[in-house]
Amino acid sequence: MSLLKVTNLTKKFGKFTALDGVNLEINSGEIVGFIGPNGAGKSTAIRVILGIFKATSGDVKIFGKDAWNDAVDIHKRVAYVPGDVNLWPNLTGGEVIDLFVKLNGTESGSKREELIQKFDLDPTKKCRTYSKGNRQKVALVAAFSSDADLYILDEPTSGLDPLMEKVFQECVMELKKQGKSVLLSSHILSEVEKLCDRVSIIRQGKIIESGTLTELRHLTRMQVLVETKEPITGLANLGGVHKVEETELGVSFQVDSDKLDMVMKHISAFGIVKLESAPPTLEDLFMRHYEGVGGER
Amino acid sequence: MSNNLFGKTGSLSRFIFRLDRIRILIWVIALSFFTIIVPTSFTELYGSQQERDGMAQTMANPAMTAMVGPANLDNYTLGVMTAHQMLLMTAAVVGLMSILLVTRHTRADEEDGRLEIVRSLAIGRLSYLNATLLVISFTCIALTLINGFGLYALGIESMDLEGSLLYGTALGATGLFFAGVTAVFSQLFDSSRGTIGSSIAFLLLAYLLRAITDVTNEAFSWISPLAWVSKAAVYDANNWGPILLLMGASIALFGVANYLNAIRDLGQGFLPSRPGKKYASRFLQSPIGLALRLQRAGIISWAIGMFVLGASYGSVLGDLDSFFADNSAMVELMHLEEGESMLERFLPMLMIVIALFATIPPVMAMNKLRGEEKKERIVHIVSRAVSRTTLLGSYLLIAVVNGFVMIFLAALGLWSAGNTVVEGGLSAELIFGNALSYYPAILVMIGLAVFLIGRIPKFTNFIWAYVLYTFIVLYLGGIFQFSDWLGNLSPFGHIPQTPMEEFTIWPLLVLTVIAVVLAVIGFFGFRRRDIEG
Repeated sequence: MSLLKVTNLTKKFGKFTALDGVNLEINSGEIVGFIGPNGAGKSTAIRVILGIFKATSGDVKIFGKDAWNDAVDIHKRVAYVPGDVNLWPNLTGGEVIDLFVKLNGTESGSKREELIQKFDLDPTKKCRTYSKGNRQKVALVAAFSSDADLYILDEPTSGLDPLMEKVFQECVMELKKQGKSVLLSSHILSEVEKLCDRVSIIRQGKIIESGTLTELRHLTRMQVLVETKEPITGLANLGGVHKVEETELGVSFQVDSDKLDMVMKHISAFGIVKLESAPPTLEDLFMRHYEGVGGER
Repeated sequence: MSNNLFGKTGSLSRFIFRLDRIRILIWVIALSFFTIIVPTSFTELYGSQQERDGMAQTMANPAMTAMVGPANLDNYTLGVMTAHQMLLMTAAVVGLMSILLVTRHTRADEEDGRLEIVRSLAIGRLSYLNATLLVISFTCIALTLINGFGLYALGIESMDLEGSLLYGTALGATGLFFAGVTAVFSQLFDSSRGTIGSSIAFLLLAYLLRAITDVTNEAFSWISPLAWVSKAAVYDANNWGPILLLMGASIALFGVANYLNAIRDLGQGFLPSRPGKKYASRFLQSPIGLALRLQRAGIISWAIGMFVLGASYGSVLGDLDSFFADNSAMVELMHLEEGESMLERFLPMLMIVIALFATIPPVMAMNKLRGEEKKERIVHIVSRAVSRTTLLGSYLLIAVVNGFVMIFLAALGLWSAGNTVVEGGLSAELIFGNALSYYPAILVMIGLAVFLIGRIPKFTNFIWAYVLYTFIVLYLGGIFQFSDWLGNLSPFGHIPQTPMEEFTIWPLLVLTVIAVVLAVIGFFGFRRRDIEG
């Protein structure tokens, strides 16, 4: 069952098109990673999903309801952590957590204390004294304390230390166990790799790739390191082979997944001594999509 | 050793001056402009000694002494009059300037982490503090010289060189003193809010202590540093002693600030901030509770301010007739006709000023929502199960009640103070009726604010231009006889000015309807637009 369905979403600010026909879907119990560079439109998309921005065209449905018109009803079952957590300087963290949970129409209960302890947060301090990471913890504790069905997390770990990142990952896994759904926008690709069932990659307001990690890997290159009896010739001229480098350990190169068979046949003629191969990391995937467009926005 | 403590202080002070040059320039120009313009206008309004003696009589009551301090009323020359009515107030504003400028570069820079970067450079440990103090000292010296020589340059007989320089020095020394106070407080408190708050509280306390002691027993007022300014008796006895005392105290405070800074760690204060509440009170856990909590301190201060404003106007009502009897120029300005009571003529003008002041806090309460939006905090609210109507409605409800409370408190202050000084008492019905008849005009301003926030949020601050326009057209327009239609462009121009005009309810009803229509349009706009974030 689909909890969130974004169809052909376009959002314009004046003449600037921030989102251009975005499609996105989250099914019940799924964790979906939402990745893309700064300014690609991740936060804009999330704000439309939350009914904070009004879509120029397209359709956003959450729990089968319209994201703009039924925002209040929808939000009773949604927990959100924004990318930049700006809090009121003269309220304490504890006060903000209680306020947030209450505004969602739920009671915080015992989870609150447990989470505060887990995230090592001092709730008696004024928000003015919190660092970026601590402000994020406040928003995370509030989100995880509320009893929601869909969790929308916008780069939630950008200010957390590795230890806290681990606590965060545990909390997300816990949600998964309970059958909750999560939309996780992130820069930390290893985190997305670890947590997410599916990934959508956005660039310049368009979704350019979407699917499970296995599916996405299939579309890309394999990293290969090979040592042969005789020096390999003609490798660079084969189609689908990239970044050929001679190293002390042998020849390293990347190969497009659909050309792997043909390349292996070519190499085997030189007598393979050792062969190492690794699936592409999400980072390789990501970099491949952004090669040559890094400077553009 | 000294390089370790004070190295590169000069370069840093040039850097701080570069950051604040516009700010400092505006402060110095504004303060000097007002100091120099006032005696010029006094020469026109109170040219003869007879007129000035009349003014002196008006000033000879406890309420005025509490407000501006004591003076030699038997020798009320232009100089003494200027110093009496202006010096203490201006000195208090100079104090405020020092507090704001010094906090910016002590605790505020430290709290925001800028000082950490600066301290990692090859500079002395106390350099940044002393660079700040150096910049404020030069600012005070500039104030001293510009005001001192500026007043002397007016060429007014009773304002000699010595008195003028003393006037300037009194301003500069007060600036130094409060720079010292703020520098010390910025060591004690670990937040810029605490530093500014405690320094301003100190300033107000000094003013209040001076007011009380000046009225009861002037000898006791030595305990307030602000009273030393009055004790200099500028243009009269010209006592340099109290001002030198002020400078000495400033140097001592600079020393204390340096010592405290030297023995503490970066980011720490001597008064550790108390742990706050671990849980939110029931009251806080709703949109309106949050909105009220955020504005609590502001609303309370404005409420006190409105009462004091009303009371200070009320306290001079009794002296109106004697004041105007001796002041032909003012009578001309007021366009007084035969047989009109001075009070009746004066009251509507007073009410417009009070009503406009009472408009500021409710409009601020409304615009707070826009401020929260710009700081990306209402994203937290609208992303939860709170409708935009509830959110905007919470702020509107606070603004509407706020406006009523403000105008009511000002009227209460005016009536309770006026009733004691006016012969035969003051009609409560007249004062409260008059004040509250402005409430619909205030509602229009609130409605307009809602309209702007909902429909054209980028122009939210346009409302202040409209308030200023109303002030210029209706208050100054009364003096300069502007055309009526200029005043009619403001809701305040449609309020019947009882007791001078016949009271009718219709304009009030029409204004209320306009206010409601504006607010409703604003609500629809707010529900349809993007929330910034």
